[in-house]
Amino acid sequence: MNDLTPTKEQREARLEGMGCKRKRVEDIRFTQGKGNYVDDIKLPGMLFGDFVRSTYAHARIKRIDTSKAKALPGVRAVLTADDLKPLNLHYMPTLAGDVAAVLADEKVLFQNQEVAFVVADDRYIAADAIELVEVEYEELEPLTNPFKAMDADAPLLREDIKGKMEGAHGPRKHYNHIFNWQVGDREAADDIFASAPVKTKDTYWYHRTHPSPLETCQSLASYDKVTGHLTIYGTFQAPHVVRTVVSMLSGIPESKVHVIAPDIGGGFGNKVGVYPGYVCSIVASIVLGKPVKWVEDRMENLSTTSFARDYHMTTELASTQDGKILGMRCYVLADHGAFDACADPTKWPAGFMNICTGSYGIPVAHLEVDGVYTNKASGGVAYRCSFRVTEAVYAIERAVEVLAQKLGMDSADLRLKNFIRREQFPYKSALGWEYDSGDYHLAMNKAMEAVGYRQLRAEQAEKRAAFQRGETREVMGIGVSFFTEIVGAGPSKNCDILGVGMFDSCEIRIHPTGSAIARMGTKSQGQGHETTYAQIVATELGIPADQIQVEEGNTDTAPYGLGTYGSRSTPVAGAAIAMASRKIRAKMQMIAAHLLEVHHNDLDWDIDGYQVKGLPEKRIGVKEIAWAAYHQPIPNLEPGLEAVNYYDPPNMTYPFGAYFCVMDIDVDTGAAKVRRFYALDDCGTRINPMIIEGQVHGGLTEAFAVAMGQEIRYDAAGNVMGASFMDFFVPTAVETPHWETDFTVTPSPHHPIGAKGVGESPHVGGVPCFSNAVNDALSFCGSVHIDMPHDAWRIWEAAEKLGLHKAA
Amino acid sequence: MIPGAFTYHRPKSIDEAAALLTSLGEEARPLAGGHSLIPMMKLRMATPEHLVDLAGIPELKGVCQNGGDIIIGAMTTQAELIASELLAAQVPILRETSLVIADPQIRYCGTLGGNVANGDPGNDMPAVMMTLDARYTIVGEKGRRVIPSREFYQGAYYTALEPGEFLVSVTIPALPDGHGFAYEKMKRKVGDYATAAAAVVLTKKDGVIATCALALTNVGDTALFAEEAAQILIGSRLDAASLARAAAAAEAIAAPATDGRGTAAYRTSIAGVMVARAVRRAFERA
Ligand SMILES: Cc1cc2nc3c(=O)[nH]c(=O)nc-3n(C[C@H](O)[C@H](O)[C@H](O)COP(=O)(O)OP(=O)(O)OC[C@H]3O[C@@H](n4cnc5c(N)ncnc54)[C@H](O)[C@@H]3O)c2cc1C
Repeated sequence: MNDLTPTKEQREARLEGMGCKRKRVEDIRFTQGKGNYVDDIKLPGMLFGDFVRSTYAHARIKRIDTSKAKALPGVRAVLTADDLKPLNLHYMPTLAGDVAAVLADEKVLFQNQEVAFVVADDRYIAADAIELVEVEYEELEPLTNPFKAMDADAPLLREDIKGKMEGAHGPRKHYNHIFNWQVGDREAADDIFASAPVKTKDTYWYHRTHPSPLETCQSLASYDKVTGHLTIYGTFQAPHVVRTVVSMLSGIPESKVHVIAPDIGGGFGNKVGVYPGYVCSIVASIVLGKPVKWVEDRMENLSTTSFARDYHMTTELASTQDGKILGMRCYVLADHGAFDACADPTKWPAGFMNICTGSYGIPVAHLEVDGVYTNKASGGVAYRCSFRVTEAVYAIERAVEVLAQKLGMDSADLRLKNFIRREQFPYKSALGWEYDSGDYHLAMNKAMEAVGYRQLRAEQAEKRAAFQRGETREVMGIGVSFFTEIVGAGPSKNCDILGVGMFDSCEIRIHPTGSAIARMGTKSQGQGHETTYAQIVATELGIPADQIQVEEGNTDTAPYGLGTYGSRSTPVAGAAIAMASRKIRAKMQMIAAHLLEVHHNDLDWDIDGYQVKGLPEKRIGVKEIAWAAYHQPIPNLEPGLEAVNYYDPPNMTYPFGAYFCVMDIDVDTGAAKVRRFYALDDCGTRINPMIIEGQVHGGLTEAFAVAMGQEIRYDAAGNVMGASFMDFFVPTAVETPHWETDFTVTPSPHHPIGAKGVGESPHVGGVPCFSNAVNDALSFCGSVHIDMPHDAWRIWEAAEKLGLHKAA
Repeated sequence: MIPGAFTYHRPKSIDEAAALLTSLGEEARPLAGGHSLIPMMKLRMATPEHLVDLAGIPELKGVCQNGGDIIIGAMTTQAELIASELLAAQVPILRETSLVIADPQIRYCGTLGGNVANGDPGNDMPAVMMTLDARYTIVGEKGRRVIPSREFYQGAYYTALEPGEFLVSVTIPALPDGHGFAYEKMKRKVGDYATAAAAVVLTKKDGVIATCALALTNVGDTALFAEEAAQILIGSRLDAASLARAAAAAEAIAAPATDGRGTAAYRTSIAGVMVARAVRRAFERA
């Protein structure tokens, strides 16, 4: 060795592996406008499709006259349900075991529902042709209130399944009922509640909102009538599942269906399901033998493709006088809209709502969920969260605050008193999960110290007194939330989508010169997979991250995977990367042993190569090993250096965190100002701290939006209100608060690199934190619970009800 | 979100534009910055067959002073209003208002003329023009005429403009030295129209309000000139009682719709809060 030999630290740094704040490689193209999205793809002879949509929420279609539209020059086809019926494609299966109309068959069930699909030479002609399609409707009574869905005289919505009283998840109680789902021990819970000294019961509505990715949903289908091959470009968070579904529906062998998800401009759950636009562009392409593109506009995205939430959660806690929680009951009425198009694993009609006991050692619990149909768009997808986890965390985190208020106890102290303790992990919850690891007390104490929690409460007490003396019109709220997520779906023993187990996959090839390509079954929509996945390979295989290409989204080249949502990429595909890498490393060890002429057991892995035990100068690097793998016969080994791993996780992962928000509210306008927001996240092993911080910033911003104003609203007639960015709240840099981030590290014991996933945590923990801050601000005036969204007028209305404007 | 077909015209002079708009009649619309008109066309809520783009007419641009009057060309953009030193010195309320309109990108395109001629009660400039007692110079088939801003607005999207007529400039009479002013706007976020907003211009003499003009944005079919509220304030030293009475008088003329910004009751109350805050700020400045 001489002075020029890099040190261990230098070699390690050169890899930019796990733990490195590596800059996002994808941003080089994104920030220069060089991304390649579906709408950037142009195929020769491409046609454009667009929808005629329903003006009514509930109506019978008496007549559709397409003749004028078809007569417009440049119009190639106008499809209606009658054209799809012979192909049996007027309905399509949903991930939730229901069917959804592709084009409205005899009836429309929500405003803006797809009624006819116009295909034309360009978008302008298609838009003109839509106006020429005449649809005659007979209005029917709309059903918008989910609490009235199961009334005896409620209007019948789903005529197509009228007599089918056995649903995908058991018997249906009513023609507008979808499922009833129960978890936990009802009797035991009822017993606790019969005798508990302190009880709370409130209904929290987690309102309907929308994932609203900046790139709307779109597809481009191209069927080659000569070869019988079908190529589909689309905004697909799960491209392989799309390929399987398309093959099943069309009868085209899966090997002739090529699904490609190019760059995706945000998904947040909105791009998991299959939409009429995808199906219609495919059918039109098959019929016309030409490529057909479909691109949603903003209003179509917000008002028709999958919404999120809309859970009415009646939540009860039972406790002792000194704040030991004894039991929980939760009853949810779930408004699913016209079809059950939730994107949950098959056996989970309410997702993982049964994580609702949260971070607390609640010994007994019961959860019941009823899903109902209404005249609204369908969905119920996991908007930047694992299936229904934001709803669950919201329910428990509001309930804990309400209990603290009732007990006259500080809500942070109440949490500390009831947390699952470190030594209880792995912890089996009353509703059936096994939490992998956690140190909640450590995280909470660190967070409380960081924000100066006790001082904040003292300041709040002073401000409240000043408010009561009439010296200020501002009230201060302190939001506390502590969340436990359940992500990384999931073990195929309990998670599948359309029967396909929810494993994920990675294929790694090391090239002769030592660079590599990793192909994945997941699909980034902005999460930075190309950057972080390469870092895992870099650490595992000693190849610099910038020499590792990560590829996703092309079903012809990527191994089969279930896609990206529910924070599953790192927990599942990240594990597959580690496992595939380790297969390769095992082979590299054999090659190194041959080259160094020692037994493979006499070798130690050393950052980027193998060295002989006790002889550090006798080593061989990964580059030389790779070269040898392709250029030198090694006895008893095949040439080449590659591996595939399909990873079926043994358990979910359970990231957690402690969030605090300080908010000032002007009671005269209802305007709320976030003075401070602190987020401590524990996502286990941290692969790229900079990307984690970016994900936390993004997730908190979305959480802020949802809690403080973002909603999809319907009026009593079923008109969808505010489905544009004028009304639908997407904060700009001006509204977005400053975020402080922090962390603890509790690795997942069952994950090969200990990582738990983080992209969704800030949303899950953020929403209750903002809501708790608003609720806390007004609690001293006697308020118990104010529903989201907390936009100014609703806060003002709450203050008005509390009589706070009388003195003004 | 795709507009219907239309023919695009780009006249080079006021006369040419007037001739075009007259001959094309009701099917034609002037196009200024396009940031109100084009969104309406994309929604097909407006379907003009002809657009007469005023951007090629140099005389419609710029700010100048004529005696005491300030004259602003209709095609002067909101960004230009913000940048103008003359306006900052003479009519600072225009800068304050422009800064809370939409966002910088929109303000680079959106014009004063489009903002005041649009007739949308959500536009911020009409209320400000009313408090300034601005006059609009209009050109049409019959030549030029002048309409006071306080008489221009007739209903949502209905103004005193006759078919074929368009706005050439806005004239703002001289403001007294040391006047106080404020534009208070409650909105949900950058780029949003007002939940309610109030414009005020006042003068003080010996600590007493001597003159006052007040107007409200987006709480009625048009901007609302709040004459009674202003009268209540004239002669007061801005004690709590007269401020409360003025706010109540403003609330009494507000008739907003319930929408995504809030219920009618809320928006009415906000109109009062905005008036009180605007008056307080203007009073401090005077
Ligand atoms: C996202 C968004 C947010 C916005 N927020 C606000 C806001 O907060 N406050 C606000 O005040 N505005 C807001 N606007 C509107 C913006 O200020 C517009 O630019 C303005 O209303 C119209 O000006 P324009 O030059 O763009 O006019 P255009 O859109 O070109 O025209 C508007 C109307 O006026 C007519 N017109 C234009 N010029 C003349 C003329 N010289 N004579 C006669 N008629 C004419 C046109 O025919 C048309 O009917 C917003 C716009 C957007 C897109």
